[in-house]
Amino acid sequence: MRLDPRLSQIFMKALLWALTGFTLFILVFIIVNISVKGLPQVTLSFLTQEPHDMGRAGGIFSAIVATAYVTFLAILLATPLGVGSAIYLTEYTKEGWTTRIIRFGAECLAGVPSIILGLFGFVLFVMKLGFGWSILSGGLTLAIMVLPIIIRTSEEAIKAVPPEYRLVCFSLGLTKWQTITRIVLPSALPGITTGIMLSVGRSLGETAVLLFTAGAALRTPLSLFDSGRTMAVHFYILAREGLSMPNAYGTAAILMISILLINVAAYTLMQRLMKRYS
Amino acid sequence: MSNQDIFRSARHLKPALFYRAGRPAVLCLFLGCLCGLVLAGCWRGPDSPGAVRAITIAGSTSVQPFAEKLAEEYMRRHSEVRIDIQGGGSSAGIYAAQQGVADLGASSRELVKAEKELMEIPIAYDGIAIIVNKDNPLENLSLEQIRQIYQGKITDWAELGLPSHSIHLITREEGSGTRNAFEELAMGKEAYITPAALVQDSNGSVREIVANDPHALGYISMGLVEPRVRAIAVDGVLPTRENVKNHSYKLVRRFLLVTQELKPGPCQDFVNFILSPKGQSLLETEGLVGVAD
Amino acid sequence: MKREVFIERVLLFLALSSIGSLLLITIFIFLEGVPLIAHAGLKKFLLTSHWAPTKGHFGILAMIISSILVTLGAMVLGVPLGLACAISLAEFSPERVKTLLKPTLELLAGIPSVVYGFLGVIWLVPLIRDYLGGPGLSLLAGSVILGIMILPTIISISIDALSAVPDLYRDGSIALGATNWQTVRRVVLPAARSGIITAVILGMGRAIGETMAVIMVAGNALKIPTSVLDPVRTLTSNIALELAYATGRHREALFATGIVLFVIIMILNFTASAITRRR
Repeated sequence: MRLDPRLSQIFMKALLWALTGFTLFILVFIIVNISVKGLPQVTLSFLTQEPHDMGRAGGIFSAIVATAYVTFLAILLATPLGVGSAIYLTEYTKEGWTTRIIRFGAECLAGVPSIILGLFGFVLFVMKLGFGWSILSGGLTLAIMVLPIIIRTSEEAIKAVPPEYRLVCFSLGLTKWQTITRIVLPSALPGITTGIMLSVGRSLGETAVLLFTAGAALRTPLSLFDSGRTMAVHFYILAREGLSMPNAYGTAAILMISILLINVAAYTLMQRLMKRYS
Repeated sequence: MSNQDIFRSARHLKPALFYRAGRPAVLCLFLGCLCGLVLAGCWRGPDSPGAVRAITIAGSTSVQPFAEKLAEEYMRRHSEVRIDIQGGGSSAGIYAAQQGVADLGASSRELVKAEKELMEIPIAYDGIAIIVNKDNPLENLSLEQIRQIYQGKITDWAELGLPSHSIHLITREEGSGTRNAFEELAMGKEAYITPAALVQDSNGSVREIVANDPHALGYISMGLVEPRVRAIAVDGVLPTRENVKNHSYKLVRRFLLVTQELKPGPCQDFVNFILSPKGQSLLETEGLVGVAD
Repeated sequence: MKREVFIERVLLFLALSSIGSLLLITIFIFLEGVPLIAHAGLKKFLLTSHWAPTKGHFGILAMIISSILVTLGAMVLGVPLGLACAISLAEFSPERVKTLLKPTLELLAGIPSVVYGFLGVIWLVPLIRDYLGGPGLSLLAGSVILGIMILPTIISISIDALSAVPDLYRDGSIALGATNWQTVRRVVLPAARSGIITAVILGMGRAIGETMAVIMVAGNALKIPTSVLDPVRTLTSNIALELAYATGRHREALFATGIVLFVIIMILNFTASAITRRR
């Protein structure tokens, strides 16, 4: 018997919304679960104390420092490369074999799983170049990981800058480079910042890459060649080895909430940029 | 002509030469850099000592928690020295010591022939405890039973006189010092462990699973047994410090530090500290057995 | 003019960094892994399942099968769920709800994979162990966690694909008397097919490449699984479990595992971008 189309529509809509609701429920469940169990652990001393006894006691200060250090290094390396690529792609070439190769590279790089990047960073930076497990090795490998994100968002942002801006500059006699640095880049800055923020979010949550390149030493890293355990790696070790559930939840809460806030902020910024130019 | 069209033509107004000439040069430069990196990676590698600014210890995850303790204590006394402890496993630690990536390698297995040129410093004895969930009434297993369980011949608790339920067997991963020692001490020559066993990559995660699963059985370093899991007797002998010391407990291995040469200075001093009565007693309070006697 | 030329060259150089990194990665993974494949033989490496690298047995068949099964399992959960979200948002909700819910659902992508794995161990594994049997750490647990992890990929690409279908199609269908759902099923979905397939393929790539969460919940046993409750070891977890410990041939074997993974991922990526380009 064929169902009345209107009935089947009601049924399907209900089903689809139920599934959507279920997905939202998973998201809310994760956030609430981690926050409720983790946030009570987060005190000032938890944030500012060194971990003791393999993380069973004390805080996560050294993990915060290591995370900040590695992330900062990765962004520092990836931003000029990424933004430079984006400028080249949008302003200096027409579509051709060069752009195709560059886009292909960025696209494939985005698809490389983090464990492969970890393998690569381990063999090249840690072993062959002799940097050891260090902030430097970790930062270099992470930079490669976030490069495609920065290229893609910067490219979108630069493309969104209305062409009339450039025309006006050219007609005033500005050179191409002057146009880019004085007009195009400032206008695209919110978009580029979005890319950088997304990259920070991605770096904060990364584990597989850093476990094999930055190592897992609990000391606060002081130089580029020190090994450091980032928050995500610290959480992984705490949770997996059952060292301290409260500290694990606390670390997870800080990690997750900072990533979510960064993502929300990045999204809001992107929305604003879109609105300005559309 | 719309603005966009004007813009598009404006963008392409420069002479073609401006674009073409010199591009190959950039490409060559780029490829050069690429090759340089690859070559640097291939050849400069093994003999570069690595830029180590502090004492770096890499290796066995079984030794790691004890090394962390020792380092914490040592650094409290000598605030000018930094000690970095890396996990990675025994083989990686030995390799790192050979390559000079780490000052000291930590190993929970004996050196094989090819590694014998390294200097080895035994720091403690460790028993490997067979652990079950605290709700599991099992008291004792013979070495033969352990062997058969890990070979996959005994798969049900009923065969050990308990209510019938499949045994959730947990082992360590290939390359782990604890697994290596366990294979040598318990599994005999062929050292075959059933592929049906769960594999975990640290003592802690084995303990975590056993603590949560009433049907699990695993092995971990004796010093890491916590109240949430229970160590059972092997051939009637419990893994206690006395039994390890008097060699009546069978599953015992040495913890080693290995190095190419013990550099005088902080590194030598740290090793001396470990072997001093203070260091040894620290290890004893953590559940290991000292090498002194 | 000289300056401009110089700047252009510098930018070109920067722009080559992404493809350069990709090349470096490929070169090093292959340099380290190929000697082992040559040593063990490609056929033996891929088609036997005895893995005891410290004793000279290098067979990764069980892991290839496990990786594929876990990924398929993730698809069974992730594709219907993700598509349902995409259709509800793109077709059945007002613009305001869409702009609110889409980024919200994309937050799922921001949650670190270790957190997924951790919650899997805390919530899912005991459930499976107590109600379905087995050790709980299993193919099923891995599939469920991965199924959730690939949702953001599938949802956002599918929404883009659905939104790219011109409204003319919908209007035409409605004008002929079809209901909204009939329009979606008969007109919009077929029109967005290639985009949705891309979403599914990229989701597969994400699932097969995921490491930390799988290591935590899948149990990592070396056996070829015979039921969904059996513990499994995927290609990725094999690398991550043993890499830190491995030396010599063993390490090469892990890089060789990496090669297999890399090739599978690249094939998926190529397929996805080929489909996108054809469209």
